[in-house]
Amino acid sequence: MVRYTHVTLCGVELDNPVIPASGCFGYGYEFAELYDINCLGSFSCKGTTLAPRFGNPSPRIAEYTGGMLNAVGLQNPGADAVVAEELPRLAKVFRKPILANISGFSLEEYRAVAEKLAPCPQVGWLEVNISCPNVHGGGMSFGTDPRQAAAVTAAVRAVTDKPVLVKLSPNVTDITAIARACADAGADGLSLINTLLGMRIDLRRRRPILANGTGGMSGPGVFPLALRMVWQVSQAVDLPVVGMGGVSSAEDVIEMLLAGATAVQVGAANLADPYACRDIVAALPVAMERYGIESLRDIIGGAHG
Amino acid sequence: MKQVTFEIVSNRPIARDIYDLRLSGDASAITAPGQFVNLRLPGFYLRRPISVCDWGEGWLRLVYKVQGKGTAALSAYPAGAALDALTGLGNGYDLPRCGARPLLVGGGVGVPPLLGLAKCLTAQGKSPCAVLGFNTAAEAILTEDFAALAVPVTLCTADGSAGLRGLVMDGMDRVEDYSHVCACGPEAMLRAVSAKCATGGQFSLEERMGCGFGACMGCSCQTKSGPKRICREGPVLNKEELLW
Repeated sequence: MVRYTHVTLCGVELDNPVIPASGCFGYGYEFAELYDINCLGSFSCKGTTLAPRFGNPSPRIAEYTGGMLNAVGLQNPGADAVVAEELPRLAKVFRKPILANISGFSLEEYRAVAEKLAPCPQVGWLEVNISCPNVHGGGMSFGTDPRQAAAVTAAVRAVTDKPVLVKLSPNVTDITAIARACADAGADGLSLINTLLGMRIDLRRRRPILANGTGGMSGPGVFPLALRMVWQVSQAVDLPVVGMGGVSSAEDVIEMLLAGATAVQVGAANLADPYACRDIVAALPVAMERYGIESLRDIIGGAHG
Repeated sequence: MKQVTFEIVSNRPIARDIYDLRLSGDASAITAPGQFVNLRLPGFYLRRPISVCDWGEGWLRLVYKVQGKGTAALSAYPAGAALDALTGLGNGYDLPRCGARPLLVGGGVGVPPLLGLAKCLTAQGKSPCAVLGFNTAAEAILTEDFAALAVPVTLCTADGSAGLRGLVMDGMDRVEDYSHVCACGPEAMLRAVSAKCATGGQFSLEERMGCGFGACMGCSCQTKSGPKRICREGPVLNKEELLW
């Protein structure tokens, strides 16, 4: 039997729901050296700010049993360089629409980055990061207050006709309150979850491993929490949800879809295994057959009964 | 970059906490000394980046220090076991820049990639010499391997238990003249070597890495020519790029 892996995210069709997550796939070409990345549904590019950013001091990476922590802090070459250099380079290795992940430290910055990236022909969706836990005075501070989340959503909404996804933080008491605020402000979809704020301590130095002190946890250890939040948000709002957090296998993708996700992002798994996304895409039809799924579209939210 | 499953030929201690890991498998992705491989260890989420000590057709030699739980687990892997590695990672030493008589300066577990470099240089008819520094005689490694290449070695130990008592900078005073410096070791050592050498130099840096192939920006450092990923543009950077 033919297995249909297609899904539609905010009106744009994806060959499959597998999308490498922002910050875990660069601008694509490191992976394009290894395999044809056109097998992916799409991908979310490195979070882009208006000006170039180096990010946080080193060390920026730590590990835990269930995954890793990062405190990169939005290193990127800035919106102008992304438009002038990164996207044209990417065009040579990826021919599908991408999610342009944007970030900022003020409403004006979010708006300005959106204005620069949204007109690029490769950009299919804007993914507005209001949830980076590794920068101060921006990022997550917009994603933990419903009014600020709504303000960022409205600011980006006003400057583009392309679908706007807002990427939510799990570091909140009630993620559905933020989700509703974004929905009411005009979001077309929601991505969740960004990383969870965590830390590790170096026993020899008796200091945090990460120079930033704290960092964002990702990897399989956060999957059940992410799944629970996707479940809650998909019930709370009538918007497509892009589920992420520890997804590492075709079975995880199916679980996310059953919880209510329309598409799924894969983050940390790409760093431990550069072929992770390719292998998940290849394994999807096999897993669908095992669980009696003819079309992925049909199972979105299926676990809600 | 290439993903390769190697087979462990041997994995034995050669000094205190230092192991010599011999692997058989496809090493063709390695193109320069100073590159590294990133090993997947069962039970650990992130790979472990280890510098290449030496390589040839169908084989690879890594010399690593047991630093934490991951390398401790690696040290227990038996001969015959399979090891998943991403190989040919990073940017190694640039041989043409080294000149006719390069000085190789290594500290501790920074010494292994310099052996591969010494081998490449001697194969090209260059005359490298080496200053190798260790805390103590029990941690000294690979000195016979350099001798086997007929590379003169000035051995230094901080406690004087072998060779010259002192740091590699003291050893550098014993070297008459050199065309270039290639160094690998702790950052404090690299800074001191960079400050001391009057010639150009190439310095191999270390940082905690996420992916090891340029995707996550976890290991970036600032340089005079902008941010560099230690795993991709590095680990070997030129002296004039460094902000020291």
